[in-house]
Amino acid sequence: MSDALPLSILNNRHLGKWLRFQADRTVRLAVGKVEIGQGVLTALSQIAAEELDVAVDRIDILAGDTADAPDEGSTSSSQSIEVSGRSVRLISAELRHRILTRLAQRLNCAFEDLSVEDGVFLQDGAPTGHDYWSFASAEDFSRDIAGTALPKSPSSYKVVGQPVARRDLIPKVSGAAFIQDIIRPDMLHARILRQPSPGARLAALDEAKIRKAARLPIRIVRVGDFVAFVGEDETAVHRAAVAAPTHATWDGARNLTPDQQEAAWFRNQPSDDRHIGDPGPSPPGTVVSESYSRPFVAHAALAPSCALAEYRDSHLSVWSHTQAVYPLRNSLADILGLSRDQVTVRHAHGAGCYGHNGADDAALDAAIIALQVPAHCIRVQWRREEEFAFEPVSTAHMTRIQAVLDDTGRPIDWTAEVWAGSHVQRPVFGGTMLAHEALPDPPPPAKPNDPTEANGGGGTRNAFPLYDFPARRVIHHLALTTPVRTSSLRGLGALPNVFALECFMDELADRAGIDPVAYRLSLLSDLRARYLIENVADRCGWSARGPAGTGRGLGLAWSRYKNKAAYACVAVELEVDRDVTLRRIWCAADAGLVINPDGARNQLEGGIVHAASMTLKEQVTLDADGITSLNWQQYPIMTFSEVPEIEAIVLQNPDQPSLGMGECTFGPTAAAIGNAVAHALGVRIREMPLTRERIAAALVR
Amino acid sequence: MTIDLVVNGQPAAIDVHPDTPLLDVLRNHLDLKGSRYGCGLEQCGTCMVLIDGKPEYACSRDTGSAAGRSVTTIEGLGSPDNLHHIQRAFLEEQAGQCGYCLSGIIISTKALLDRNPRPSRSDIVSALDKHLCRCGTHTRIIAAVQKAAQMVAPA
Repeated sequence: MSDALPLSILNNRHLGKWLRFQADRTVRLAVGKVEIGQGVLTALSQIAAEELDVAVDRIDILAGDTADAPDEGSTSSSQSIEVSGRSVRLISAELRHRILTRLAQRLNCAFEDLSVEDGVFLQDGAPTGHDYWSFASAEDFSRDIAGTALPKSPSSYKVVGQPVARRDLIPKVSGAAFIQDIIRPDMLHARILRQPSPGARLAALDEAKIRKAARLPIRIVRVGDFVAFVGEDETAVHRAAVAAPTHATWDGARNLTPDQQEAAWFRNQPSDDRHIGDPGPSPPGTVVSESYSRPFVAHAALAPSCALAEYRDSHLSVWSHTQAVYPLRNSLADILGLSRDQVTVRHAHGAGCYGHNGADDAALDAAIIALQVPAHCIRVQWRREEEFAFEPVSTAHMTRIQAVLDDTGRPIDWTAEVWAGSHVQRPVFGGTMLAHEALPDPPPPAKPNDPTEANGGGGTRNAFPLYDFPARRVIHHLALTTPVRTSSLRGLGALPNVFALECFMDELADRAGIDPVAYRLSLLSDLRARYLIENVADRCGWSARGPAGTGRGLGLAWSRYKNKAAYACVAVELEVDRDVTLRRIWCAADAGLVINPDGARNQLEGGIVHAASMTLKEQVTLDADGITSLNWQQYPIMTFSEVPEIEAIVLQNPDQPSLGMGECTFGPTAAAIGNAVAHALGVRIREMPLTRERIAAALVR
Repeated sequence: MTIDLVVNGQPAAIDVHPDTPLLDVLRNHLDLKGSRYGCGLEQCGTCMVLIDGKPEYACSRDTGSAAGRSVTTIEGLGSPDNLHHIQRAFLEEQAGQCGYCLSGIIISTKALLDRNPRPSRSDIVSALDKHLCRCGTHTRIIAAVQKAAQMVAPA
């Protein structure tokens, strides 16, 4: 583990920003990472409880609040346990150490004589009459965090490593729990008339017809080409928004073409081009190459985005299900001409989307209206078709792999070439916010952006293979523009790249006449990876795998997320008739020290189903006007009857640093399905989603 | 006009136009926020309620058509302090990630178990195919329904 302090601490050195003892004998833990359904707040509570020696129920966690919680950037890239978890561990250990050091002086005893039992201080096992709540004082919090107190050894853990139930699920199974459910004084409901595309200008709006459709009094708020319908009755403003597009005339809307909905479109677009890895030229040998692709896909959260904003006494308060409260606060202040001190953003729970969807955009919508209608709480609720049409989607992505093979059919030189739009366009990274485009002073076009390789890459994420190839390189073509707005979705480029890489490995194994698992193991020296592959191959009955082309397939794939985070191996058994029917899925993952094993398994299972849905079913479709996949029939996702039995296990590896689990199964699942379908059919399909049409086309090839 | 409903066992007189969606009435007139808006198109199941014991979408259901009927929402099953055994089964299985789909799914589970106390896996997935779950918690939700079926409802 690195000696450098984690970024979360470096950016928030004041201990009192993180921890506080409250009068009701609870401990306030404030963090910058937020709950997005991944259970992170439970895991962080376990870490604080462990180091402080208090019962986990005493941890009262506050997450994502620019007034009262530290700035930890965004909740993304499976970094919450890795970075925030490590920070909470160091900070909690330091606070305990500071307080007990002072108590040892007071009692004139050795530090080692003291212990803590659920917050109560003991000396040689006997009560001291002191506890955190009675003894902690301002001086314990006054010095900057040094990060030097030694946390507990994993072998002594009592809370970390145990399954702990999520408290936030109780309201979620019984009533109000989400941002959509917040009731504020003087609340008004709002809906938006969306600008059809950046640059489109509102030429005419028949307000009378819209008011008539609303049937109850509404206000129509217009700022530039931004239009909102606001009123006390939610049904009325919803009716207004449904009717509005037919009563609005726009000039200058963009026109898209059908080829723009496919990943192959990016092959001929202007791009930022980078060559990473070993220099060319490739050595002589047998050259093979294939291209694989995934189309644009949506976050498709179950709830359309929602936000609340109120402007009172020159202060803007915003509630959002954003993954990034501080960056959102900064963007809102900059766009609206407020100082950052004038804006507070608080996180509230939303529907899971695993990425940057419309949450931040809805917050800007609400904030724009709040400035026009002060002293009210403005509640913006996007409509279903609005979410599908206007949330940033994950870019289409094509990966072409070329290998030079030796006499045994094994690669001696490997090149992955990636064509894609930006995988991350959060506003803080140069992306634009939706309603900003409609304001009188719109932003310049978004700059193409991707994380650096040090941060795991975007289009290049997992594009480098971890096999023992003598030469490896990646060529990345980051498109300068995309037909629709794109931004981060679970795993970024990892899913399409691992799909390409691990499907190509099966193709090479077939070509060499070697079993795909044996072929992989012959090229892989990473012991943690080998263990997982052998574990999963054993559990799925790989050695009894039948011949190809029978309609029944078994496929396997693995990756190490970002090539430096959690390992996962997945095997899929399926049948292909006209469609693909998943039968069983096996998974093993190694993410180092696991904080909450039950939560970790939940993340593995969820990642598997999400990836399977994307691989088999999902595609954002376009026509001249924009996105045409606007509801759940046009954008189908996996249903209950399509989900197979899943056996996911998490290895206990407590001596290795904790790694996030939310994204590690994503690429391996897609590739294992690709390999299983190829095994079932005897022919390979290289374009996702693996639909009935593609299966039929592959069989007549 | 006034529409009379029985909601979670209590009479409720609502003064709305009869074509107002039942979901809006439950959420905004009665402050019952557990029935959720997901699509307004009867495609996702987050708004599911029981009407006279049968699972029905509330999002595009005219309130007028429910006049005189008995409506049960998730709040009518159990509260955090007094959870229904189906809710407890979901918590015991930790059958949730974001949780947005759960209240509707629990409503459909109630209807399923009322008419079929020992459902097979196939009975369960057919009953739940009206519902979407984006986080991929399906296998745990199926296990929670199986667990609820095994639990004896408190008297």
